[in-house]
Amino acid sequence: MKTPADIAAAIADGALLALPPDYSLVSMETVRALIRRKAKSLKLLGVPILGLSADLLIGAGCVAEVETSAVSLGEAGLAPRFTEAAEKGEIVVRDATCPAIHTALQAAEKGVPYMPLRGVIGSDLVAGRADWKIVDDLLIVPALRPDVALFHARWADEAGNVWVGRRRELATVAHAAKQAFVTFEELRKGDMLEDELLAPGVISSTYITGTAQAARGAWPLGVAGVYGVDDAHLSLYAKAAKTREGFQRYLDEWVRTPRKSFSPA
Amino acid sequence: MGPYAKEELLACVIARLLDGARHAAIGASSPIPASGCYLRKILDPDFRVSLQQRRTANPFTEGSRELFDLAGQGRIDTFFLGGAQIDGSGAINLVRAEGRRFPGSFGSAFMYPMVPGTILFREEHSRRTLVPRVEFVSARGTPRALLTGKALFSWQKDRKKFRLESFHPGEDEKSIAAATGFEYDVSPDVKETPLPTDEELSLLRGAVAKQVVADYPDFARRIWGTTSGIN
Repeated sequence: MKTPADIAAAIADGALLALPPDYSLVSMETVRALIRRKAKSLKLLGVPILGLSADLLIGAGCVAEVETSAVSLGEAGLAPRFTEAAEKGEIVVRDATCPAIHTALQAAEKGVPYMPLRGVIGSDLVAGRADWKIVDDLLIVPALRPDVALFHARWADEAGNVWVGRRRELATVAHAAKQAFVTFEELRKGDMLEDELLAPGVISSTYITGTAQAARGAWPLGVAGVYGVDDAHLSLYAKAAKTREGFQRYLDEWVRTPRKSFSPA
Repeated sequence: MGPYAKEELLACVIARLLDGARHAAIGASSPIPASGCYLRKILDPDFRVSLQQRRTANPFTEGSRELFDLAGQGRIDTFFLGGAQIDGSGAINLVRAEGRRFPGSFGSAFMYPMVPGTILFREEHSRRTLVPRVEFVSARGTPRALLTGKALFSWQKDRKKFRLESFHPGEDEKSIAAATGFEYDVSPDVKETPLPTDEELSLLRGAVAKQVVADYPDFARRIWGTTSGIN
């Protein structure tokens, strides 16, 4: 596995694909590669919410179903392609709530069939979820095992480990998923598990199916401590994606046209 | 007291509501609640603010699930929730209304019943947003207050009903009634919302603006003309 395109090729059409929120190391370069390879019928899982990545994939016609607690562009507003597709019934939306998704993934990483969660009862979300049960005033959430977890990392090393720092929800989803693909900023020599300071931020190669280098691969989202979110680009996207035509023009310019570098700064 | 922005008034109301709070958490896209919390923290250094989506120096080291684990244990006493619709029973709707799709429920279905001091916040105060009954219940809980761009309501636990406490400058009891789609009581001491003090405004425009710009750059630029350095 050498490039984000190799990862995109390894993610099958129809896969249940777990993605992090915009603030938590999104492999945007692989998302663009999935659009370029015309991925179909993906089922997206927001861990626990989604943003730009989902809006792009939905607008490009790669998505059949979304399970998430929300899809939003944050300060840039509603996610326009998600909103239109949901309103027109072009995608199935399985509404969840953040801790239910975390709990379902934690059950999967422990290898147990379900886990209980407090709260939630009283929400209309429960009626929409035949898979959620209420027992003794607790919500029982079944384990959720995504086909693929996809995210970005600050580093990978020669031993196949990746470093995500404090974004530990990525460790949970990597543990829970059948396969985990990771793009990374830089390759480190050696084995990060041998470094006491780095090790707590590492996800061991045990859980990692494949990695590919993608410098600035989270752009226009950020990697904490390396580069920030490109807020100007996010508002450019939010504006362009308001219409189908504007969205197609965005894809032509920023996704379909191969670029050497995504570093406008 | 010189001129002030509506957002500054709302941040001051939030900071005053937080008197006595120990630990507030802030979820997605909430620059005004964040500003109010940072203002409160200057006045009360022991007050803790955890901003879930903080881009750098994020308070959580177990990923985004840590917020919910904290709340499940009762370690968070204040949270902020909005809604495409909010009704007179305190229920909120973040999913769909009038054929329109909204982002989704986020963590509200868990946080609202778990956190004792949820403050409902929605700038738009109209019969479209404050409705007799929400179309979809994202979450139910016991709110501490409902703050809008026009007024502040408290929640009466015994009567399970909002009570108008104050209306913001430019409003009166009548204009609030005209813009509110649910029934509520009116406090015998109902008054105009106290204006921001000079001290509050200078803190907001100084230390608070500096903190808010890191995570809400568009908001900080719009309200205070603040721009961040790198990242």
